Amino acid sequence: MTDAAVATSAGRLRDTALGQQELAARLDRLWGTPRGILGWLTTVDHKVIGRRYIATAFFFLCIGGLSAIAMRLQLAKPESRLIDADLYNQLFTMHGSNMMFLFAVPVMEAFAVYFVPLMVGTRNIAFPRLNAFSYWVYLSGGIFLWTSFFLGEGPDVGWFAYAPLTEQQYSPTHRPDVWAQMITFTEVSALAVSVEIIVTVFKQRAPGMTLDRIPVFVWSMLVTSFLVFFAMPAIMLASTSLILDRLVGTQFFVSGTGGDVLLWQHLFWFFGHPEVYIIFLPGTGMVSMIVAAFARRPIVGYLPVVLSLIATGFLSFGLWVHHMFATGLPQMGASFFTASSMLIAVPSGIQIFCWLATLWDGKPVIRTPLLFVLGFVVIFVIGGMTGVMVASVPLDTQVHDTYFVVAHFHYVLIGGAVFPLIGAVYYWFPKICGRMMDERLGRWNFWLAFVGFNLAFFPMHILGLQGMPRRVYTYQPEMGWGGLNLTATVGALILFASFVLLLWNAVRSTRHGVAAPDNPWDAGTLEWATSSPPPPYNFARIPVVTHREPLWAERDELPVAHGLSVERREVLVSTITEARPEIRQASPEPSIWPLLTAIVVGIFFLGSIFTPWAVVWGTPPIAVALVGWFWPKGSREDET
Amino acid sequence: MRERLAQDVSGLPTWAFESKSTPWWGTLGFMAIEGMGFALAVGMWLYLAAVNPQWPLGPPPATLWPGITLTALLVLSLVPNWWCNRMALRQDLRSVQIGLVVMSIIGLVAVALRGFEIAYLNFRWDVDAYGSIVWLIIGLHTTHIVTDVGDTIVLAVLMFTRHARPRRFSDVTDNVFYWVFVVVTWPPLYLLIYWAPRWMG
Amino acid sequence: MATGRAFLISAVSLSLAACSGRQSSLDPQGPYAQQIANLFWAFLAVCALIWLAVCVVLSIAVIRRRAARPQPLELAPARERMMGQLVLSLGGGTGVIVIAFALISYVAQRNLWAEPNSGMTLRVVGHQWWWEVLYDDPQPARNFITANEIHIPVNTLVRVRLETRDVIHSFWVPSLAGKMDQISGHINEQLLLAARPGIYRGQCAEFCGQEHAKMAFSVVASSPEEFDAWRDGQIRAAAPPEGPERRRGRHVFESHSCLVCHTIRGTIAGGKFGPDLTHLASRRSIAAGTAPLTAGHLGGWIADPQHLKPGTQMPPGDLGGADLSALVAYLMGLQ
Ligand code: HEA
Ligand code: HEA
Ligand code: HEC
Ligand code: CUA
Ligand SMILES: [Cu+2]
Repeated sequence: MTDAAVATSAGRLRDTALGQQELAARLDRLWGTPRGILGWLTTVDHKVIGRRYIATAFFFLCIGGLSAIAMRLQLAKPESRLIDADLYNQLFTMHGSNMMFLFAVPVMEAFAVYFVPLMVGTRNIAFPRLNAFSYWVYLSGGIFLWTSFFLGEGPDVGWFAYAPLTEQQYSPTHRPDVWAQMITFTEVSALAVSVEIIVTVFKQRAPGMTLDRIPVFVWSMLVTSFLVFFAMPAIMLASTSLILDRLVGTQFFVSGTGGDVLLWQHLFWFFGHPEVYIIFLPGTGMVSMIVAAFARRPIVGYLPVVLSLIATGFLSFGLWVHHMFATGLPQMGASFFTASSMLIAVPSGIQIFCWLATLWDGKPVIRTPLLFVLGFVVIFVIGGMTGVMVASVPLDTQVHDTYFVVAHFHYVLIGGAVFPLIGAVYYWFPKICGRMMDERLGRWNFWLAFVGFNLAFFPMHILGLQGMPRRVYTYQPEMGWGGLNLTATVGALILFASFVLLLWNAVRSTRHGVAAPDNPWDAGTLEWATSSPPPPYNFARIPVVTHREPLWAERDELPVAHGLSVERREVLVSTITEARPEIRQASPEPSIWPLLTAIVVGIFFLGSIFTPWAVVWGTPPIAVALVGWFWPKGSREDET
Repeated sequence: MRERLAQDVSGLPTWAFESKSTPWWGTLGFMAIEGMGFALAVGMWLYLAAVNPQWPLGPPPATLWPGITLTALLVLSLVPNWWCNRMALRQDLRSVQIGLVVMSIIGLVAVALRGFEIAYLNFRWDVDAYGSIVWLIIGLHTTHIVTDVGDTIVLAVLMFTRHARPRRFSDVTDNVFYWVFVVVTWPPLYLLIYWAPRWMG
Repeated sequence: MATGRAFLISAVSLSLAACSGRQSSLDPQGPYAQQIANLFWAFLAVCALIWLAVCVVLSIAVIRRRAARPQPLELAPARERMMGQLVLSLGGGTGVIVIAFALISYVAQRNLWAEPNSGMTLRVVGHQWWWEVLYDDPQPARNFITANEIHIPVNTLVRVRLETRDVIHSFWVPSLAGKMDQISGHINEQLLLAARPGIYRGQCAEFCGQEHAKMAFSVVASSPEEFDAWRDGQIRAAAPPEGPERRRGRHVFESHSCLVCHTIRGTIAGGKFGPDLTHLASRRSIAAGTAPLTAGHLGGWIADPQHLKPGTQMPPGDLGGADLSALVAYLMGLQ
């Protein structure tokens, strides 16, 4: 059958004989995003979309952060009248949902959309149009959530939206619907990106990039994408059932007619626990890359690190009940989840030890990216330790739903994911923008963030132990929580300043930064083999990989593959384990259909908050859009 | 960095069937996601059955004949589906056209039968949690049938146009693959909807 | 890092300073809370040590002097192997420690959840946003209902059966024990045991809607004699009002909407929607710990409950000044 599939396209111009300059010019024309608004809307370049994704996610970090600052101001003193209960409840729900669904998960996927194709040495992500679509859907979800908030319909049920508070009876407004439908938007986009990443990593690796030569960040994104695969359907099912309960009167989460309140919690946390590793694992991938680059040696224990990622992935599906220790589940069952939760300290520990060994054996160059990684270790280990504490059922019955847990998860989320992320911004900024970020501002940024973060969140441990529940808009002076809360607020403001500095540094450096060479840090992985910023086609010729750190192994010239067409967009598709190239597959050209599809899908989602009939009138436009998307246009990519 | 030409890929084909091509993997990916969705929906059913002292709750079991007919049709449809796959692998355009038309017709009949199934469930989604979960499961599966039938029809039309180039045969095999998924996920759901309540009730 | 350590130190001193708080798991006043606190300190000690060790190694790794490697890939295989083994054995050590953690956690859990065969039982029902407390007795005539204030005898095991009328709430008295959720369709139980007389504050720990922040209660632990006296007092119906002002107050109560929602045993008011007010004046605070029970606060509450607790399910009273003060006088007399 393969023989039959060998359709040669004789007479087509290939890159083999072309000189460097002519090749670049031709590829530029072939792969470039057209200028103008239409080009902007139709592009399928993973770098353009990745950049957009990153910028959008950081925008959501800013507004999510501002909502946190508002909460901190309210809590700075007892019985403050700055923000009332109704607004406060919306604020923490918006903050949590925004941070988890619109910032943390998307920002990691955004980095993957940008860097995975570069790191595995291909010219575009698999399914570039799906990629464009996923961005538009994500953007609509974010706009939808925040617009609802500014219209006074911001969800106010917490980021895990426990039933029955979310049921029609207790929340007659559309607020829970907004929450549930925002979930649908963001999950659709996350699922799409995961499919793209898995297929890119499986099938589009450069020749010779065998499994054991895949960069650790790519591994982490691969594992993350699988977590998305198996976790997100749970929340889709849950939010759909909730909307059905509210809209057409199904009885899933209503007790009395056979439904069960705890079913919601099981479904939510079956997703929710893997979710936190969906955020954390990419962070560890970034750490591994940065540590290797700045310790100036490959990471100690590549195999243990990769196996730890995979083990964490598997284990993460066996922990969800540790969020439900106070619901009165059977004792034995609960303690099983104690044990499994604690066991996850082993793979996390192994990763920490590998990084320590790498730094110990190398000669670390202290630059801003590494500073953030060092800060990450200090902070994340505290967060991991409190994680182990709350995994104990008896202990958790005291600290569950208190500020102790709030402290735990900000230590792991900000320490474990945001610190590596900011390190990653400093590390990869030169590749994305072609200019270095300012080092002196970077150090200020780091120290403000480190001090501010600890000042903001360490006191919360104590507050929780002292009995302060989470999600309270105020507390009484007699409780004696005023001092620590004020400290936390001051810390949050310092942390805020550090983000403003980051923003300033980034914006300034895009214009005035020192021009970046191809490989400013002398790192070893493929994204540094191309120019900064990379050309639209990523690599003039696809690298042939001979080593885990190709740029360290091949110091002066890079072996490359040749023979790809310069007349139509082609990517190499290779075998899963050995990465032996098998086909030169066409890669799609720009298209407006992903955007149009996203719009009709958005209307469908929005409509179905208000009436079940949206399913009826909303479907035909989607069908039309999809046909438009897939119907061949007779362009070069379709010709074979 | 300087480049050294090390490997010539000009002789490679520009498309291939099944696991050699990326769309097949994309299809597999979505199947994994949706399969997980089905598994979780079944999990919901089992969970509700476990927490309720009596299960199914009130409603009489669904009428059998529409379910049996549809199940039989789905299982039998695997034969022309498989034939269609073989013809696509042979790149026999005429036969593929016939195969796709046949599959489209079968799909439309399946959708119609699904309509009967729903009409003969004998209870509404809002009577109790049992009604809700059964409707959810059947609804979930119906979306899959409908999408795949839509897809098949579009592909059938395409194969009659000038776009029916060799590479499209690979799309045909992927479509065949997806229909297998739609069929294979059904029997467990069928047992759950029609037989489990009879055995438990 | 230095900052981190400074935090830990200041943290410990701060927590010691705050140990006398009236709602704190670090201030255990009974064996249940005590056991959890012990567990906490044990975990903390081990975890803090590991964290310190990580920070020390990290600091040395960063500042220690050594020659730079000329090429990143010039690695000595023997040394690589050695480091690989070290990492794995540390991973093994982690495994051992966490298994030990899981075991001591499980032992503590068994003690805490052990089925008691003595003691008294009471029921606490969560409402948005207040607590209904039911003392059931084998003799139905001795049953009574109160709200937001739970009395228990010291050194007696108390089983609290937890229910809810609406959304999920969570019952939590940090100084006495951990928390337990109140979930419709499920019946949960929490054991309480106070070793010393005192007032222990509790607060709803599961987000339950707008006024989740103002859903507190108190547990009053007193000697068995005092407790019995209190109980006998609560069982009695409300005494008839004395004096014209209070009689007028009762009339106001009975002729306004109050009686639709509230019960005062001994009057015609038998509403079940809001708290039982039969012995309102014996309680220390109103509206689930939102304000102390004083005539001023009570008047303010009845006139405009939404001011004190925006979103509360009680509507404004709509009473004239004289009626209001009579009503307050009457309620303040409900000892
Ligand atoms: C990035 C996200 C992230 C990460 C990585 C983690 C990591 C862990 N979490 Fe956390 N968690 C959250 C995000 C995260 N968590 C969030 C968001 C919530 C709250 C949701 C909500 O309620 O809103 C939560 C809540 C939460 C709970 C529920 C608390 C409650 O609601 O009462 C529990 C309980 O078991 C828990 C446990 C753990 C454990 C055991 C780990 C482990 O993975 C930690 C492992 C790491 C280490 C232990 C450190 C490194 C190891 C060593 C240095 C080796 C030596 C160590 C030992 C010997 C112990 N987490
Ligand atoms: C990755 C996730 C993430 C991140 C990064 C954060 C970041 C922060 N969070 Fe987060 N938080 C959560 C996830 C996260 N949080 C979750 C899941 C919850 C639970 C919600 C729930 O209970 O439902 C929660 C809850 C939560 C609470 C508890 C609320 C309650 O229970 O009542 C608090 C309270 O202090 C808090 C504070 C903060 C602060 C101060 C930050 C700071 O780090 C924020 C710092 C960032 C900024 C300040 C942005 C900077 C802004 C700019 C640079 C823009 C400047 C531009 C202009 C002004 C033009 N958070
Ligand atoms: C619609 C029902 C309703 C009506 C009518 C009503 N109440 Fe209430 N009342 C409540 C509810 C519910 C609470 C608990 C509120 C809370 O704590 O959030 C409450 C609380 C109280 C409390 C505090 C009880 C405590 O122990 O904390 C007092 C006192 C009270 N009401 C008096 C009155 C009086 C006097 C009237 C008539 C003027 C009245 N109520 C009318 C529902 C009602
Ligand atoms: Cu009741 Cu929170
Ligand atoms: Cu978890």
